[in-house]
Amino acid sequence: MAEQNNGTHKEENNSRTSHTTEGQHAVASRESQLRPANGQDTYSFKSYDKMSKTVIEIKDLNIYFGATHALKNVTMSIKQNSVTSIIGPSGCGKSTLLRTLNRMHEISGGVTMTGSVVFEGNEITSVDATELRKRVGMVFQKPNPFPSMTIMENVVAGLRFNGIRSRSILKETAEKCLIKAGLWHEVKDRLKEPALKLSGGQQQRLCIARALAVSPDVLLMDEPASALDPISTAKIEELIFELQPNYTIVIVTHNMQQAARVSNETAFMYIGKLIEFGKTKDVFSNPKNKQTEEYITGRFG
Amino acid sequence: MYKQFRYAKNWMMIALCVISALLALVPLAYILTYTVVHGLSALNWDFFTNLPKPVGETGGGIANALVGTLIMLLLSSVIAIPIGILSGIYLSEFGNNKFGSTIRFLTDVMNGLPSIIIGVFAYTLIVVPMKRFSAIAGAVALAILMLPIIIRATEELIKLVPSHIREGGVAIGIPRWKVTLRIILRSALPGIITAIMLSVARAAGETAPLLFTALGNRFWQPRLDQPISAVSLQIFEYAKAPYEDWHAQAWAASFVVIMLILVFKIIIRIVAKGEIKSAA
Repeated sequence: MAEQNNGTHKEENNSRTSHTTEGQHAVASRESQLRPANGQDTYSFKSYDKMSKTVIEIKDLNIYFGATHALKNVTMSIKQNSVTSIIGPSGCGKSTLLRTLNRMHEISGGVTMTGSVVFEGNEITSVDATELRKRVGMVFQKPNPFPSMTIMENVVAGLRFNGIRSRSILKETAEKCLIKAGLWHEVKDRLKEPALKLSGGQQQRLCIARALAVSPDVLLMDEPASALDPISTAKIEELIFELQPNYTIVIVTHNMQQAARVSNETAFMYIGKLIEFGKTKDVFSNPKNKQTEEYITGRFG
Repeated sequence: MYKQFRYAKNWMMIALCVISALLALVPLAYILTYTVVHGLSALNWDFFTNLPKPVGETGGGIANALVGTLIMLLLSSVIAIPIGILSGIYLSEFGNNKFGSTIRFLTDVMNGLPSIIIGVFAYTLIVVPMKRFSAIAGAVALAILMLPIIIRATEELIKLVPSHIREGGVAIGIPRWKVTLRIILRSALPGIITAIMLSVARAAGETAPLLFTALGNRFWQPRLDQPISAVSLQIFEYAKAPYEDWHAQAWAASFVVIMLILVFKIIIRIVAKGEIKSAA
């Protein structure tokens, strides 16, 4: 079902088909803007192993907030079109790990990172952060639509503020993404209304649509449904299921049942360490690690 | 017994507060009535449309002064608004270091500077090199007056915008400076506009900064590089003079200025209320 053709890589162009009608030229122009920060003039995608089809490879990742050692030697790989959930008790470093994947940890200063995170063959610290974030988008726990903007302006913000101004492309992309986010029918008549007038669940789907508008490959979701009521939560989970064939999704959740429902790979973390990582059904029914079993059966956390 | 004494004390304190409040209003009421009573004789349509006439001739007006004030306010806004907003953005985004605190402190000092010192500064900076008094010098002096208000307001308002808005913008690949300018500034804009209008209202009434910079002018002179008239300067000149009809004109001009600032501030309040409603 994956529309992405990622088996072959040319030296300068990714032959992956665009999965929105943003326009081939927009995809190509965006890709031509991708330049490693060290000034190389070609952005060469190294071909990765077709068998594992890993999108993000994390090796020995350590994160320090000043003196606090928040992530300790995390090593895992995230596969194409998987839904990977990161579970664990509060403070175990799940959100920190997620935020590292698109370099959001750099926004608040004083964070040191060692180890490597490789996205599509390139070390994330060696490419432009803004370009990385267009490919690895993020949705947050508390819905955060831009306050002084309408619904339509919110959805296309990522495109408009990156130079794509053509109204037809913006309208088309907005419609596609709102449909993908399951919000189109509820807002199609009121696109010019302020975004803050929507309910919490609608705002969160709006934020998802906004993140999808820039055509990322990976969608990071930091507890996307924890601030929502059960019905909205169910809608978000359904959304993840619908998005999965076209995106790689990494979701942090403190709700184990949600992890069991939506993900096909699960990572269990505890106090900064990755304790166990494997297929969801294996981790939940047959955990290899004792701590995993204790967390899942509710002995702590 | 004690209860009655307590009640009496209570009423006494309330009475004290009310009397104090009324006392505080007395100067304002006095000024308003005095200006109306003494200036009414000179207040007519000619007053707004005529140029100042020589002593003894009737029908002099403050037309050039009104235009001069307007020109200088516009020019000082053009100078102060961009510098003020960008400084405020710097302080809120990158100002958490020693340099930022120094700037913040100096801005607060500037806020309290006597306006005549600002005028002397503008004199040294603009009038001396240009070898003439000018509207530009007056506008620069007023801009220096307006800057601290705009800078502090911009900084505080941007800080009020929650950080998850900035994160949301950055997380979808919008460059950080664009997030600040297009998204965060946009949400802070209503408050910043209010602050700008307040600073304009303050600059409109200032006299001392214009004494050695714009100098004043009894003729129609809208050029920027020549001495220009201003309402506050005209009031000063007329009040100093020994002529009765000039005194009446000074009162009338004072009344006009007070009314203009009052109306302006009412507009500011209405606009601010509207913003609070739309932001809610």
